[in-house]
Amino acid sequence: MTLSATSEIRVRELPAQGITVLPLDSLDESHSSPWPEWFRHDQQKAWDLYESLPMPKRNDEPWRFANLKALDLSEFQPAKPVEDKAVLIARSSGLADLAAKLVFANDALIHREVAGLPAGVLLLPLEQAATEHEELFRKHFMSTEVRLGSKKFAALHRARLRSGAFVHVPKGVVIERPIEIWHWVEGENATILPHTLIVLGEGASATVIDRFVSSRDERSLALAVNDLTLGQGALLSYIGVQEWSDKATAFHLNTTEVERDAISTALQMNFGGSYIRGESDSHLLGEGSRSVMLSINPASGSREIDQRTFQDHFSPRATSDLLYHNALADSSKTIFAGLIKVEEAAHETDAYQKVRNLMLSDEAEANSMPGLEILADNVRCTHGATSGELNEDELFYMMARGIAPKQAAQLIVRGFFGTVLERLDNDFLKERLGEILDRKLNLTV
Amino acid sequence: MTTHSLSIRDLHASIGDKPILKGLSLEIPKGQVHAIMGKNGAGKSTLAKIMAGHPDYTVTSGDVLLDGQSILGLEPDVRARLGLFLAFQYPMEIPGVTIANFIRAALQARLPEGEELEATDYYAKLYAKMDALSVPRNFTSRSVNEGFSGGEKKRCEILQMAMLEPSYAVLDETDSGLDIDALKIVSAGVNALRGPNIGMLVITHYQRLLDYIVPDKVHVMSEGRIILSGDKDLALKLEAEGYDWVEKEHGAKATERALAV
Repeated sequence: MTLSATSEIRVRELPAQGITVLPLDSLDESHSSPWPEWFRHDQQKAWDLYESLPMPKRNDEPWRFANLKALDLSEFQPAKPVEDKAVLIARSSGLADLAAKLVFANDALIHREVAGLPAGVLLLPLEQAATEHEELFRKHFMSTEVRLGSKKFAALHRARLRSGAFVHVPKGVVIERPIEIWHWVEGENATILPHTLIVLGEGASATVIDRFVSSRDERSLALAVNDLTLGQGALLSYIGVQEWSDKATAFHLNTTEVERDAISTALQMNFGGSYIRGESDSHLLGEGSRSVMLSINPASGSREIDQRTFQDHFSPRATSDLLYHNALADSSKTIFAGLIKVEEAAHETDAYQKVRNLMLSDEAEANSMPGLEILADNVRCTHGATSGELNEDELFYMMARGIAPKQAAQLIVRGFFGTVLERLDNDFLKERLGEILDRKLNLTV
Repeated sequence: MTTHSLSIRDLHASIGDKPILKGLSLEIPKGQVHAIMGKNGAGKSTLAKIMAGHPDYTVTSGDVLLDGQSILGLEPDVRARLGLFLAFQYPMEIPGVTIANFIRAALQARLPEGEELEATDYYAKLYAKMDALSVPRNFTSRSVNEGFSGGEKKRCEILQMAMLEPSYAVLDETDSGLDIDALKIVSAGVNALRGPNIGMLVITHYQRLLDYIVPDKVHVMSEGRIILSGDKDLALKLEAEGYDWVEKEHGAKATERALAV
């Protein structure tokens, strides 16, 4: 099946709001804001918060081992409108068989395709959602405290937000096919603030894929946020495919709230970037809720991937399952700090947390800090971190089949990441994401 | 002497300072199936690994020739692409790599640079070979050897051999861990590949396998060398009378011969 109805929608920009490290003075003030007044007021408060919060310091636990130099954002500029929308739209050829596709370029929605969304589903730019669905928006937009270190940067995101995607699937509605959302950045030192807000009603189901891409091989900053909210019994697959340029700095801040018997499966694949900071905060709110947190991180060159996670169990019999696989080549560096917390009421919690580092170079550095805090009785928590090199016996076995050492190593790395993809229960996604993995790892198979 | 053979010539090899092979010679003409039998610890599996180029072992003297070309000093993958295949006693598990992709990568490695394997033909051939070996088709999407039973692993080794079409194959204890039904399936798979274009060396501890894969020649290995060679009846005699007599009668002679060289 192919996508049919296509339409381009109007693009408006936010007027300037003061001179900052991220001045917006390049924008034309004569445009009226597409955001409602109350949100612009919120943004001003967020800006004040951003300015009042200190920069992370070396001895701050949430920034342990991090390269704080990467947090100097002073050279980044607001992104200007992209040069050629048509080219970026053409390059946004993602998965086949989509329910809908949105394409953002430098924080402006430049393209929207809907092949088939069930009645009642809202797929809107955030500013439209804030205007037309204020209650829903207010309730779920960045509604939880930023707890994993990036409070200051989340405030900056909020203060400078220009657009983003709002997905609302009402009670009982199931979207079979994926929704794909592209976020392009273009321009040397350009800054973008991608945002995806997903709200699933009771028993609703959806698959959403965020694609993060650099238009050119340029230095840029992305402060990306996604809020995932699952009502009772809802099912969500959320995939982030990050392909920023190798010079990019990016924050990917996630919050997931899971109500009773709902299941969230979230996978972040990090293929690009110079410095990537990921924060993923799962709130297991309802009894029997489940959050699957996955990440695939091929690190090479001097890339630093710094990931902090929180599996916070508030209710009984909820499960969380975290699996992060890092393959480190060259002088790359990864940091993983994860906390499982079982609150007092959360008896019969089953929580799992595993990070595996495949060391492909003596110059690479992997830091793993798994953590547990258990306040309830009768729980099962498993956590661990392992680091290992390529298995020589596996390598020999593959070479004995005629596969050259370099290809054999690539296949082993592919397999190492493949075991993370296996955790997805959607065969279509597994296959498509496997193809992306093959392409990014330069495999011909 | 024909150059269409797998030829092992007075091979000496060691692991660290410990000698494992002490002057082993063997000639397997293309089109024939030879069996090596011997007690545990005779060095049978070591011989297989050394031929395949395992980095843990050092060849101190002698040679291994594939159709007249020395393969010592070549990397394991180069040896394999020249036509040597080793069916492992303990096949490795490769998490996340499917059998289909694994065999495909192995075939792709045999093509000239820039040439792509044709996918439709590949799958047609793969499925045909799988059916012949009673390997369920859904195995193609399973990770190589992961969670396989002993019999499934060995069938998968033979499947790889069938797909890669080597000119010489060394089957290391392919019967170990198999029940009789699995043994029959695996043997039938091996027999189907027999023919004028392949030479095989079957390494086994038990005669039982040789009821199903009937060898042209049987060699007895002890303490790193061949001490006796004969026809298939030698296997039956070993089964009936054990290894002690042959080691007593022929082991000493082999040592004398080796010292005399």
